[in-house]
Amino acid sequence: MKTRTLLASIVALAAMGTGIAAVTQDLPGPVKARQGQMQLMALNLGVLGGMARGNTDYDAEAAQTAANNLVALAAIDQSFSWPEGTDNFALEGTRALPAIWENPEGFAEDYMAFGAAAEGLAAVAGDGLEAVQAAMGSIGGTCGACHDDFRQAN
Amino acid sequence: MRRLVSVLIVMGLAAFAAGLLLTRPVSVPAAELAGLSGDAVAGEAVFWAAGCASCHAAEDATGEARLVLSGGQRFPSDFGTFVAPNVSMDPEHGIGDWTFPQFVTALQEGISPEGRHYYPAFPYPAYRLATRQDLADLWAFWQTLPSSDAPSAPHELGFPFTIRRTVGVWNLLNLSDDFVVTGDLTAEQARGRYLAEALAHCGECHTPRNALGGLDRAAWLAGAPDPSGSGRIPPLTPDELRWSEAEIAAYLTDGFTPSFDSAGGHMASVIRNLGQLASADRFAIAAYLKALPEPAEDGTIPY
Repeated sequence: MKTRTLLASIVALAAMGTGIAAVTQDLPGPVKARQGQMQLMALNLGVLGGMARGNTDYDAEAAQTAANNLVALAAIDQSFSWPEGTDNFALEGTRALPAIWENPEGFAEDYMAFGAAAEGLAAVAGDGLEAVQAAMGSIGGTCGACHDDFRQAN
Repeated sequence: MRRLVSVLIVMGLAAFAAGLLLTRPVSVPAAELAGLSGDAVAGEAVFWAAGCASCHAAEDATGEARLVLSGGQRFPSDFGTFVAPNVSMDPEHGIGDWTFPQFVTALQEGISPEGRHYYPAFPYPAYRLATRQDLADLWAFWQTLPSSDAPSAPHELGFPFTIRRTVGVWNLLNLSDDFVVTGDLTAEQARGRYLAEALAHCGECHTPRNALGGLDRAAWLAGAPDPSGSGRIPPLTPDELRWSEAEIAAYLTDGFTPSFDSAGGHMASVIRNLGQLASADRFAIAAYLKALPEPAEDGTIPY
C-alpha cells in the first residue's frame, strides 16, 4: 500500500513536472531569451535599488558590479530576440505589445536610452549612495518609458 | 379615454421637463469661492497629485515638457476615443481666459464655461471631492504654466454618446459627494484616502465599471479590464496587493516593484507624478491601500 502511494506520488509529480515543462516549452526560444534578459536586469537593478532605498548598506564594489552588468546587458544586440509573431496577441505568456513591431525605431530608441542610463550609472556607482540614488532615478525612468509604450500593463 | 391620453401627455411633458431640469448644466457660484486665495507653490503639489499632466501633456512628454498642457493624447473606451484637450494658459486654444469659478465648475461639476457637459473621461467625479483651497492653490499654479497654441481635437464618439446631455443623466447616477472608504481612519489613512480618491483618481482605472461606464463602488480598487483592450489593471485591495507599506511607497517613488520589475503602461506616467510628492504623502497612500476592505467571498466589497 505504502509503495503504491509512493508510486502514485512519483507519477503525479512526474506529470506535474512535464506539465510545467510543457508550458515553458510553449514559449519560443527568443521569448524565453528576452525574458531572461529582463530578469537579469531586475536582479542587478535590485542590488542597486536595495541600496538606493536604504534596505541594504551601500557597498561600492557590489554597486559597481551590478552597474557593469547592466551596461553589459544593455549591449546585447536585440536582432534575434523579437521575431515577428511573438507579441501578446499571438502568444500566451508574453506582454510584448504589437507596438514593438509597429514602431521599431521608437523601441530601439527606448532600448538605447536604457543603455545610456546604465552607462551613466556605471560611471558613478562607486561614488557613494547619493550618486547611485540619482542615477537610479534616471535608469528607472528609461524602464518606465519603454514599458509605458511597449509592454502590456499587466 | 381622451382624458387619459391628456393626462399621459401632461405627465410625459412633466417628466421631460423634470429630466431637463435634473440634467441641466450647473455652475459653481462665485460667492461660494469668495475669500479663497491660492498659493502657487502648494498648488504644484496638487497638480502632481491630481495627475493633470498624465493626460493633458503631449504623449511621452518628459521633464519640463510635462508642464505644457497642449492635449492630444488619445484614450480609447467602450464609447469611442476621447482626445485630451489643450488646457494650457493659451486664452484661445487653452483655458487662459477662464475665471476661477469656471475652473472649479469644470473640475467639480464637469461643466464647461459654455455650459456644456464634459465627458467623464475627465475625472471630475473624483476632483469633486477636492477641497476648494486645493483648487485655489492649483489655479494659482496653473497661472504659472506655459501656453500652447495647439488646437484641441474633437472626441471620436458614436451616437448616442455625441449627445452631451446624456452625461447629465450619467452624473445623476454616478456623482457622489462622499468618499468610498468610510469608517475610522487614522490621520495618515485619511490623507491617503483624500490623495487616492479625490486627487490621484486611482479608481478611474483600478475599479471596474458598470455597463454605463460608472465606477462600481462595491468593487472599489478591486482591479479592472484594461480599456486599451488587452490585460487587466491590477487590484489594489490588501488581499491581492501584498506588498508592505514601505514597498508601496517606494514603488510610487522610483517605479520599481519589490522584485525590481518596473511599472509600465499608464502607471509609469502616474509614478512620474506621484514621485514629485512629499514622501509622507506616498506613505499615506500606502496606508490607505492597506486599510481598504477586502472583498467578500462573492467578490463584492463590504461598504
